Order: sequence, then C-alpha cells, then structure tokens
Amino acid sequence: MTVGETRKATYTIPIGPIHPALKEPVRLDLTIDGEEVVGVDVALGHVHRGIEWLGMHRNNPIQSLYLAERICGICNVCHPFAFAMAVEQAAGITPPERAEYIRTIIAEMERIHSHLLWAGVAAHEIGFDTIFYLAWRVREDIMDVMEYVTGNRITKGMFQIGGVRRDITAEQLPRIRQSLEYYKSIFGQLKRVFLDDRTIRMRTKNVGILKREDALKLLTCGPTGRASGVAKDVRQDQAYAAYADLDIKAITPDILTGTVVGDVYDRIIVRLLEVKQSIEIIEQCIEKMPSGPILAQPKTAALLNALTKAEGEGIGRAEAPRGEVIHYVRLEAGRETVSTWKVRAPTYTNLMAMPTLLIGGQIADVPIAFASIDPCFSCTNRAVIVDRKTNKKFLLTDKELRELSIEKTRKLKC
Amino acid sequence: MEILSPQAIVKSFKTTLGGGLIDSKISEREIAVKKNLFITIWINVKKEAFRKAVEHICQLQEYPHLAIISSSDLGDSVELIYHFTIYYGNHLQEISLGLRVRLPKKDLKIPTVTDLIPGAVFTERETQEMIGVEVVGIPDNRRLFLPEDFPEGVYPWRTDEKGLPNDMFRVLPGRKPK
Repeated sequence: MTVGETRKATYTIPIGPIHPALKEPVRLDLTIDGEEVVGVDVALGHVHRGIEWLGMHRNNPIQSLYLAERICGICNVCHPFAFAMAVEQAAGITPPERAEYIRTIIAEMERIHSHLLWAGVAAHEIGFDTIFYLAWRVREDIMDVMEYVTGNRITKGMFQIGGVRRDITAEQLPRIRQSLEYYKSIFGQLKRVFLDDRTIRMRTKNVGILKREDALKLLTCGPTGRASGVAKDVRQDQAYAAYADLDIKAITPDILTGTVVGDVYDRIIVRLLEVKQSIEIIEQCIEKMPSGPILAQPKTAALLNALTKAEGEGIGRAEAPRGEVIHYVRLEAGRETVSTWKVRAPTYTNLMAMPTLLIGGQIADVPIAFASIDPCFSCTNRAVIVDRKTNKKFLLTDKELRELSIEKTRKLKC
Repeated sequence: MEILSPQAIVKSFKTTLGGGLIDSKISEREIAVKKNLFITIWINVKKEAFRKAVEHICQLQEYPHLAIISSSDLGDSVELIYHFTIYYGNHLQEISLGLRVRLPKKDLKIPTVTDLIPGAVFTERETQEMIGVEVVGIPDNRRLFLPEDFPEGVYPWRTDEKGLPNDMFRVLPGRKPK
C-alpha cells in the first residue's frame, strides 16, 4: 500500500456476555465497517446450567417442575406450564377444568408484566428513561395482583402436575378486576406514549427489519415473528389450557397500521396490543371459570408413585411472552427421573434472526434492535474493539455503547 | 394449502415413504371445557427415509416450524425426534408432528436439514455436541452451548462410556457422591 492510499478496515466488536442488570448472558461478535454492522455472530452457553441433565439424572418429575420454573426469572410461568402439560400427556393425567382456567389467568398476568418490563427496557436502550420509569411504575400493579393471588411476585410455584396449587376465590376477584380496570384506563395513555412519540418513532421505524419470509425460514416465533406478519401463536393455533375454549386471534401489526414492516416499531405495536388482549383473556376466563377441584391428584406421594410407573412421552407447548416454549418429556416405567427432557425457549430460535436484524444497521441501533426481540436480553456489558491492523484493543463499556445510542437520539431530535 | 386430517397425513406418509415408514401414532387429548383436541402425530421412519420424510413435511406445509430436535440414548442406539408444527396460523388447526429416527451407535450420522429449513442450525449444533451425532453437511460446525475447553469426545446426554465421566462432577459440601 502506498502513502495516502486507504484500505477499508473492518473491526470486530464482541459485546457481552456478562451484565448484572440484564437477564441472560450472551455474546455478540459484531463485524463493523465504520458505523455499519456487516457481520454478526452469536455465542451462547454462558449460563448453561445443565437443567435438562439434572432432570434426567437427579430429580424426580415433581422436583423438576420447580427447577423448570427457575429456567427463567421473567417467564417463570410458561416453563412449568409446558413441563406440567408434557408430563401430564406422558402419564395420562387430565388436569381439572378449573385448573386449566387458573393456569391461563396466571399466564396472561405474566404476559402483561413481561411486556411492560420489556417496554421499559426498550425505552432505556434508546436513552428515554422517563418512559422506562413510567412503564415499570405501571407494571407494579400487576405484580401486586400476582402476589395477592399466588403469594409471590416471581417464581410463584402455582403449577403442579395435574393442576394448580392455589384456587382463585370469589373474594379475590374484585382486586383482580380493579387491576384490569386500571390497565384499561391507562391503555390509551400507554399507546400514545409508545406509538405517537416522535423520538420513539424516529429510533424504531425502519430499524432492525425482519421480513416475513426470513422470519418463516429462520423459525422466528412469538411477538418477533408476529411483528413480521407471521400469524403464529400457540394460544390461537393449538388447543391448550383454557385458550382452547376462547376465540383468540394472533396479533399482527397490520391490525393497527394496515401494513407489516417488521421493524422495531411493529414489535412495539404487537406487544402493546397483546397487553390489551391479555386483559380481555383474563376477563373472559374469570367469567367462564367452571367450579370444581383444582388438582387431579392432591397427594404428592401417590402422584410420584403414578409417575414412576408411567410409561409414555408427551410434549407441552405454551405461548410465553417471548414466543413458543416447548418441552418434550419421556417417562420410562420403573424410573424415578424422566428419561428424556428437552426444553426449547423462544429466544433459542429468535436469536437465529439476529444477523438478519442487525446487518446493515448502525452500531448505535444495536441495543434497541437486539432488545426488540426481547431476548431474555443479557449482555451489552463490555465491548472490546480490536483494531485488526494494529491488534490494539479498546474497551467500550456498556455505558459507552448506550451513550452512543443516546447520542443518536439527541442528534435526531435536533 | 390444503389442511389434511391427522389420518390423511399418516396415509400420505405411507404413500410417500412406503417401506421407509416403520410405524405411526396419533395421540389426541381433550382440553378444558369444550373438549377441543390437542393433536400430536408421531412418525417413526427408517434412517434411509429420513430426508424424504422431511421433504414430505415441507410439502405438507410451506416453511414447517421445526421447534427442536430431542435426543435420547437408548443403549445400543440414539433416538432423535424432530419436533415439527404444521398448519400454524389457523385457529386450533395446528398439529404437532414428531419425526422419530433411530441411529445405531456404530453409525451416528444424520444428514442436515438446513438446506430445507435454514433455522435448524442451532438445534443441529446442539445435537452434535450434546449426544455426539454427526450432522453431515451442517453449515456451521462449531459448538453451541459447551465451552471451548470442554473435552472432545464427551457428550453430556449420553449414558454410556462417552457420557460425563465421574471426575467431571463436583460434589457439593455435605453431599455424598452418587
């Protein structure tokens, strides 16, 4: 190379894997050319805890149910939900009808809290902390209701194989209804804040686009897929729990805007409308809830005995706030543990779409585009920039990366 | 796209695969008050017919959703189940379809499906590292979850001598080693 001649150099920025404030560690290796992202690689496994192995070698299925609840702190309903359904199918246990309705109500409460939590995180990523505070303030009410109904804010222990642990009594209904009314009353305000705000529109429209065909090819599920126009929702598609009795329709952004772009803005629309849908589902469930027992086999020892003798296999599928959770369980007669247990969480397949989502965008858009799939979002702790020519490393902290994002918001506003 | 009944789906597999189909099972569960059905179809195919079976699923549903590959160590063989869902997007029409294939331990190889379903890379990578089945033609051969310093030739989900050796377990204080 002669003097004065320049060569385009690309840089690799690893982001992650550890950050205490975020949900799940993952590492992104970004190859960048100037400001533009040209390559993305995802490295996983930083919190692989061997939960399936424990379920297959150490714990009996009843213990595994509580372990399943601890797979994820935020969606701690969908995993025991799917696991319980898989074991019930394998062992031929039918949960009582009332339990199906209670399960549905708890799962929908979780969706409301999870989507509001995400809304706050997303606002924080673009440096709009006023909305972050607002969303998390609003989320507290549903957390209080969950504590009131189940006894705990998270890891509620509501799910049992063959039913639920606690009933929802008539005295509890007014408090639940009060909370639903509260969310209905502020829904218009939330919608205005998230969909009409100029800054949010500027930062989210046409950012992180995932086209319908790519979403289908890369097996994207949940709100990320629905925002790209894939009307796939387990609650709508396959009969499980009380959803089978209700008429549920998967929410795609064209309901509101008439078109599907598949960008971050569309993902906000889908999640926001799903909060409303969840309120309606809870209301319908309360109205239609049949009376009766809440557990198929209340005696744990007898249940464990039946599970040890059972032979069979089953799959449990539940629509978590982030997408479809699927558990496969195989039981062998005479074996105390399950003989095979496979868990798939929605982020597992949604991460496949990450390169498509980020390539062509700017580094400053990475936090919001990555957060937009709600990937039990983790990292962005610390980024090391390696200059390939000099092999010199720069440390870019999570704070600095977020600063870049905030800076972009400021520039756009001026 | 025509939506077939579970029986018709099984029949279509019989016509397409012929002797490649070992057996099949339709499991139906009644759900909640209205007793709508949760339908799962289990298709058991010979190893040679596996690719053809996946191609047939792609005929039944454009872009079938491959949720996960589950794997079980059965002693002298390893069983893989490809958990598909088809007919999604329609109210209560979706069917879970488990495509089961058994591989003998001396020939643990399965062709990749990533040319038909690009999103299958993660689960194929996981199958390779966890149970030791070689996915022939996989576009990305790296590990997915296991760390780089994890020993070669050890597969956590195996129950034979290639599974986790005893010295890899850490016994917590106050517990007896099992």
